Amino acid sequence: MLGLIAPTAAASAFDLLAWSPPGWGATLVAGLWNTILIAFGAYGLGLFIGVLGAFGKLYGGPITRDLLGVYTTLVRAVPELVLILILYFAVTDAVNQFLVFNGYERIQLSGVAAGIAVLGIVQGAYSTEVLRGAIQSVPAGQIEAARAMGMPPMLLARRVTLPLMTAAAVPGLANLWLTCTKDTALLAVVGFIELTKATSLAAGTTKAFLTFYLAAGVLYLILSLLSGVVFGRIERWARKGQRPMAGGGM
Amino acid sequence: MTKAFWKPHRIVMLALAAAIVLWCAFNMNWTWLPDYLDKIPLAIWRTIWLTAASMTLGMMLAIPLGLAQAAGPWYLSTPARVYCSIIRGTPLLLQLWLLYYGLGSLFPQFPWIRESWMWPILRQAWPYALLALTLSVAGYEGEVMRGALKGVPGGQLEAARAMGMPRTKSFFRIWLPQALHRALPTIGGETVLQMKSTPLVATITVVDIYSLSKRVTQDTFIVYEPLLLLAVVYMIMAGMIVLLFKWLESRVPSRTA
Repeated sequence: MLGLIAPTAAASAFDLLAWSPPGWGATLVAGLWNTILIAFGAYGLGLFIGVLGAFGKLYGGPITRDLLGVYTTLVRAVPELVLILILYFAVTDAVNQFLVFNGYERIQLSGVAAGIAVLGIVQGAYSTEVLRGAIQSVPAGQIEAARAMGMPPMLLARRVTLPLMTAAAVPGLANLWLTCTKDTALLAVVGFIELTKATSLAAGTTKAFLTFYLAAGVLYLILSLLSGVVFGRIERWARKGQRPMAGGGM
Repeated sequence: MTKAFWKPHRIVMLALAAAIVLWCAFNMNWTWLPDYLDKIPLAIWRTIWLTAASMTLGMMLAIPLGLAQAAGPWYLSTPARVYCSIIRGTPLLLQLWLLYYGLGSLFPQFPWIRESWMWPILRQAWPYALLALTLSVAGYEGEVMRGALKGVPGGQLEAARAMGMPRTKSFFRIWLPQALHRALPTIGGETVLQMKSTPLVATITVVDIYSLSKRVTQDTFIVYEPLLLLAVVYMIMAGMIVLLFKWLESRVPSRTA
């Protein structure tokens, strides 16, 4: 069976996946590291945009609301792959024009930075919607009480709205994180070497397609299972102090 | 459009949007468009066809997967759960490449496959694209159907049993229709997501609307215009899917208390 999977003579699956150079283990792990790096960066940027967007959508003026509505609708209606291409060119162009305008040399934007920026903008639209729903689930009385006590808006957001909405937001945010790790694979299409691209390079060179794609699949799966465990813990922490649903509380 | 929509700031924003569209139409380079005009309908049709076929076939797999998880014995529910976790835990692009390059590289080694009637089909790319998309739909919708099947009130099934309905009949007449009705809004959203993941098939040489736009860029070195047109096409398709599911939902009578 292994002979079938790896047609190159005398190279078993384990030799191919070995760490040191005849094997491709180090390449795959480097790719995985890039995937995790971009996923973290994009997720963080997305959350930042999402918090601002959610508050803007709920409490902003009419123009802010409509602009944010256009942003979330557009991003969610166009395929991520197409957005990545458009934003990749647009972001690189914008940075370079800015640099040239200020008298600097043109630069080649690093893959990690471009990937984080592009996926972050995509994630931001989805986070906006998740967080908006979560903020709306905060009982209005809590926010009104805080306002009545004279809390300024920033303090209110930090002390009341954000802590209370976390529990409602965690399941949606966990889903978004999984989407985010999987969307990094799309950067393979623009040639950035993350896990999927590293795998396709290894597979193309050794012709052991099944071995490498299955190995990468296992790596992605481990990542998603571990994330599930971590988010389960976060949710339990966020629900700390909440009465259980079945108890008829609230 | 109701009166609430036409507020002064919206009229200004719409005017701005119209100005941007006009600017794009007149100031950007659209000279390539006539050369490719005859290829666009077929490419759009491929995207629609892939979405529709994979959703239909995927749902057929998803219903048993959901049923196995919702009510099956452990030897059915465990494999179904593992399958859903694997599909949902790995990127579609990887699954697609695994099937196309991995499976595709295995098949030629067997002479009996090469000599069979299936070989002319298996040599093309679209069966792998359809298979990968279908399996992915099955994984995601299996999870949705599990929740929907579990959400049907037990009294409905008990009533069916009390009326003497056989199990299969009560499944097709009572359980499944109510579960599908519950899941319809979710399935509508998932169909848009599915349509949005079809451009990935361009990476295994299936010519859909995305790969056509890439070809324009390769032929003419024009970057933004094909991509912008492509985004508009996808937005229109997403809007149509949303409208279609709104219409479907309105056809099913539902009692609101």
